[in-house]
Amino acid sequence: MSAPVIFDRSREEIEEEANGDVFDIEIGVSDPEKVGDGMNAYMAYRVTTKTSLSMFSKSEFSVKRRFSDFLGLHSKLASKYLHVGYIVPPAPEKSIVGMTKVKVGKEDSSSTEFVEKRRAALERYLQRTVKHPTLLQDPDLRQFLESSELPRAVNTQALSGAGILRMVNKAADAVNKMTIKMNESDAWFEEKQQQFENLDQQLRKLHASVEALVCHRKELSANTAAFAKSAAMLGNSEDHTALSRALSQLAEVEEKIDQLHQEQAFADFYMFSELLSDYIRLIAAVKGVFDHRMKCWQKWEDAQITLLKKRETEAKMMVANKPDKIQQAKNEIREWEAKVQQGERDFEQISKTIRKEVGRFEKQRVKDFKTVIIKYLESLVQTQQQLIKYWEAFLPEAKAIA
Amino acid sequence: MEEHLEAGKESKPSSMSPDLQGDSSLQVEISDAVSERDKVKFTVQTKSCVPHFARTEFSVVRHHEEFIWLHNAYVENEEYAGLIIPPAPPRPDFEASREKLQKLGEGDSSITREELAKMKEELEAEYLAIFKKTVAMHEVFLQRLAAHPTLRRDHNFFVFLEYGQDLSVRGKNRKELLGGFLRNIVKSADEALITGMSGLKEVDDFFEHERTFLLEYHTRIRDACLRADRVMHSHKCLADDYIPISAALSSLGTQEVNQLKTSFLKLAELFERLRKLEGRVASDEDLKLSDMLRYYLRDSQAAKDLLYRRLRALADYENANKTLDKARTRNREVRTAESHQQLCCQRFERLSDSAKQGKPHGPGAPATALLTLPGSPFLSSPELMDFRSRRVSSFRKNLIELAELELKHAKASTLLLRNTLVILKGEP
Repeated sequence: MSAPVIFDRSREEIEEEANGDVFDIEIGVSDPEKVGDGMNAYMAYRVTTKTSLSMFSKSEFSVKRRFSDFLGLHSKLASKYLHVGYIVPPAPEKSIVGMTKVKVGKEDSSSTEFVEKRRAALERYLQRTVKHPTLLQDPDLRQFLESSELPRAVNTQALSGAGILRMVNKAADAVNKMTIKMNESDAWFEEKQQQFENLDQQLRKLHASVEALVCHRKELSANTAAFAKSAAMLGNSEDHTALSRALSQLAEVEEKIDQLHQEQAFADFYMFSELLSDYIRLIAAVKGVFDHRMKCWQKWEDAQITLLKKRETEAKMMVANKPDKIQQAKNEIREWEAKVQQGERDFEQISKTIRKEVGRFEKQRVKDFKTVIIKYLESLVQTQQQLIKYWEAFLPEAKAIA
Repeated sequence: MEEHLEAGKESKPSSMSPDLQGDSSLQVEISDAVSERDKVKFTVQTKSCVPHFARTEFSVVRHHEEFIWLHNAYVENEEYAGLIIPPAPPRPDFEASREKLQKLGEGDSSITREELAKMKEELEAEYLAIFKKTVAMHEVFLQRLAAHPTLRRDHNFFVFLEYGQDLSVRGKNRKELLGGFLRNIVKSADEALITGMSGLKEVDDFFEHERTFLLEYHTRIRDACLRADRVMHSHKCLADDYIPISAALSSLGTQEVNQLKTSFLKLAELFERLRKLEGRVASDEDLKLSDMLRYYLRDSQAAKDLLYRRLRALADYENANKTLDKARTRNREVRTAESHQQLCCQRFERLSDSAKQGKPHGPGAPATALLTLPGSPFLSSPELMDFRSRRVSSFRKNLIELAELELKHAKASTLLLRNTLVILKGEP
């Protein structure tokens, strides 16, 4: 069975789109709970699965997992699927500073924020992983979701999302340094790689700007709160009764508006900013997959070169008339012929998988962005509507100043 | 940068325009203003039927230092010690804007041409807003003088309005700057007087009440003003943030080949328009809130200054009393001590009456009955009552306008967002 080398460009992508992936499974990560004390303490999260899929024994179940468990899951999936062309969603980043604060027991708003940020990221990570049809079938994933006890993942330093990506990036660099002049027989791959490169750059730019927006909105909230206080004080000093009351009302309005700004800053961050940062890491995984394909090609190419050398050796032995060496050469030729065939098969397989994966990825990306954009705009509408409410209530107070 | 402003009534930020149209016998306005390299030149136009002037309608060109000269002339005039002198307009300050514009000009390779154009647009609008504000501040100063029954008759005021040539008011030289320094030291002694730390005994309940009120009010309005400024600044930062966001979304949209293309491009457009709205929120808050608070900060300082002057006079009077007693005990230089004490007493009483009645008290001036306002246990004072009524009406006007503008912008944003949502949701 030989697969054609040049595939119909968009066949795989069309196939993927027509599939109408419907996966009836929903994952929630909740109830972060501190376990233990001091530097050995950790956060345990509840992972709840709701599903009607028959591969699971129950329709609703939950387990307790810690952050290193998630990293362990990702490292297992990555080691099995990345090098054959599957885009494995990266796990959330490790954070030494954030985690230390939590361990040390600082019950302040920054550590609560950190835990919430992580919880949300872990949830998105699992949601993305189960949406992948191949990964969903993986026994390690099922064990992660179902088993009450999980063997502790070790060496997660190297296996964190960042660690894996670093490995992938190093591989990419090595590949580039070898200046592989790959005979790209399929322009589709070149095109896609360029597209993802551009997308990566633009997303990073946008992400940086959105981070600035979040920061300034938080500042606005703090400044509004401060102003509200001073307006209240001014109202107390004011000896004209009606004006004094109006100023107190203004202070109340500004306090409410400060709340609004805070909520909007959350929306800015959790909807907009985190989506972008997730996709920046996802695209790094996509790039990694393309690089694995290049390595695969290189391996095939190397096998072909070695085969050629073996054939030359055989010819030399025939001329020198050394019968045992000839036999050895013939054996080696057979060995390398098999390797070449395997190399070609592997290369074709990874190329096919990547096409399918990219189709699925792009479809998901469109869906993700559209959903989040709409949700985000709705949050902005909410804020404006509240503002209208507050100022409409204030206006008669201002007019009442006589 | 040459900036020319045709000052029509609508274009001026009128947060401080007091109700001064009442008296038509002297109308002053700044009909034009030009911003040159270093200076702003204001065209002051007067319409008057006051017999003193040669014509009924005339204009002169003045620059900021000449306004300050006029203000100082009033402050240093003993006759007006019992009145609230309208605060001097602040110096036109384009430094911040100019610096920012210059920085933009130096160029930053990471900013696209469109982004640069937008930032420039923002800065030019900022520059124009500052310019309009400084015109309004200078105008309000003159208009308050013109509306005050006593201050409008001042000789220096007439000179300011009519004299065609430059008033040759140069900037302060070293001696004068030093003088200003010393004046500030005297000011802190005044602070001790007014905060009651000097141990001076206030003799009049009315002034005691006013003193406590003004001290607290002044501090709190200063706080409120500073914080309002910070809120406005945050809004501006937010508006500026939308520029690179819109640009990045635009690039994303252009590069996309799938359905996200329209989404991103629409979003880019949305953020561009949100930016403009957010910018308007910032500038309206600036005008209606920050500027108003700032003006009454200065005005309450002027009221405080009135109280300082009176307390200083009281302190002088007390010291004169002590000197007289000493002189009497030693039976030396009694005559001089007596006449000095008389002078201090007269001055103090004149100031107190003036502050209460609003008229300079002098020989021949009728002793007018002091008015009592219903509901107020204290005797009223035209000067301080005037301060109050101006304040109340100004706050009322500005708070109403602020609320109306905030509503306007919120409604516009809602409409814009809803329209975009309809389009995005309608997409397959």
